[in-house]
Amino acid sequence: MIEMKGVQKTYRNGVTALQGIDINIEQGEFVYVVGPSGAGKSTFIKLMYREEKPTQGSVLINGHDISEVKEKLIPQLRRGIGVVFQDFKLLPSLTVYENIAFALEVIEDSPKKIRRKVMDVLDLVQLKNKARFKPDELSGGEQQRVSIARAIVNNPKVMIADEPTGNLDPETSWQIMKIFEEVNARGTTVVMATHSKDIVNTLKKRVIAIEYGRVVRDEQRGDYGYEA
Amino acid sequence: MNSEVTTVMKLRTIKRHLREGSKNILRNGWMTFASVGSVTTTLILVGVFLVLMLNLNQIAENVEEDVQIKVLIEMGTEQKEIDQLENKIKSIQDVSFLQFSSKENELERLMASMGDDGEMWKMVNQDNPLNDVFVVKTEDPLDTMDVASRIKSFDYVDSVDYGDEVIQKLFTFNEYSRYVGLALIAALVLTAAFLISNTIKITIMARRKEIGIMKLVGATNGFIRWPFFIEGLLMGILGAILPIIIVVTGYYYLYENMKDRPLIPFIELLPFNPFVWQVSLILLGIGAFIGIWGSVMSVRKFLKV
Repeated sequence: MIEMKGVQKTYRNGVTALQGIDINIEQGEFVYVVGPSGAGKSTFIKLMYREEKPTQGSVLINGHDISEVKEKLIPQLRRGIGVVFQDFKLLPSLTVYENIAFALEVIEDSPKKIRRKVMDVLDLVQLKNKARFKPDELSGGEQQRVSIARAIVNNPKVMIADEPTGNLDPETSWQIMKIFEEVNARGTTVVMATHSKDIVNTLKKRVIAIEYGRVVRDEQRGDYGYEA
Repeated sequence: MNSEVTTVMKLRTIKRHLREGSKNILRNGWMTFASVGSVTTTLILVGVFLVLMLNLNQIAENVEEDVQIKVLIEMGTEQKEIDQLENKIKSIQDVSFLQFSSKENELERLMASMGDDGEMWKMVNQDNPLNDVFVVKTEDPLDTMDVASRIKSFDYVDSVDYGDEVIQKLFTFNEYSRYVGLALIAALVLTAAFLISNTIKITIMARRKEIGIMKLVGATNGFIRWPFFIEGLLMGILGAILPIIIVVTGYYYLYENMKDRPLIPFIELLPFNPFVWQVSLILLGIGAFIGIWGSVMSVRKFLKV
């Protein structure tokens, strides 16, 4: 499903964020990416939705090398991947409904279909009653649920999340994780970079640990392994 | 030219862009106001200037059109010879108008033009001192001098009269004023375009984050650009409304006033209809163009995310 072969990423300023990365993530897996700040987690995540290109090696999704994808096909690539960020990245001038619908307007779905899909996904994240609200009228947890809804409304094969609970209190974080598990249960591969020891140690999944730009540990049902 | 995944846009997507573009006008309230305001300010200037320029141009043309050559025929020239001369003048390519006027005719006109004072000329009626005359006009008034000097060399021509020096100066002045006017309008429009695209750039700068997010969700450049295009167009049109109202009402009062009591006889303003509507259309066009240009150019910068 997601495969990295001999990946190295050196930024233009000379900093090598990742090197010698060889990993393979199967369809339907749930993977935590852990490690200290600045270890390369974010770069690892960014390579998967082609926000960054590897300097060496290849990133394959479903057998296609996405580092070779032409500029003009990037939008299409991104439509098959749901991405969730720590800072939500919602469009501030649009309502909750419009933010989610945007991901479907992009693929030119019919208004009828859009309405149905958005309502379904709002049901899943339990925000049906806030459809007409603007992002700044919502709490952090609610905003993150909107961004998850937007990420999964297309039914992507992969959902990628960069510290999705980083800005949320523990209780809200658990709500978010519950949604992630539901998404994963529907067959979507989930890759999530996190700093939350609690989550990783409680909801046992595969753990990939990155330090100094290298994978130092990759175990099924692993532990967080760092002091929080 | 750019990276569109789907080349053919569905109708619903066109509708979507139209809807989003117009909604953005409201969503970005103050930013829209700033952009529309700068379009309005500059278009008022352009509009007033355009009205002045076009009218001055018209006046200059009117004066030029009145330029004619008076060919004084030698006293005692026979009718046959006059006919010969007429044919010769006719054969000059640039001549567009040729009319014979007998000396009796000329005297009458002279008397008429002098009003009561003209009565005294009645005494000389028997002994008319004036010449028979050909009145000649040229296709292009600028050829007047050339044609006049050619006619002067013909037989039976006593002299030609076309107010040479004054005409020469008038033509030079008209020509220069036309160029200067055009240059000023061009400069004004360019400055306006620059100012407005800057204002719009600032308003879009505030939205560069949004553009980045749209790209993350899988929007193509075209998909992002279209609503901005519509928004720019609408801002340009909105910005043209006030200038058009000002030009139309302002010119209406000016025209109505000048019509009844002309300050100087040969100053005649361009008729209200269709002139103001033409100017309005030009203003609308400039507004739309500047709005679209400004927003599309600014968006282009941020699409390279």
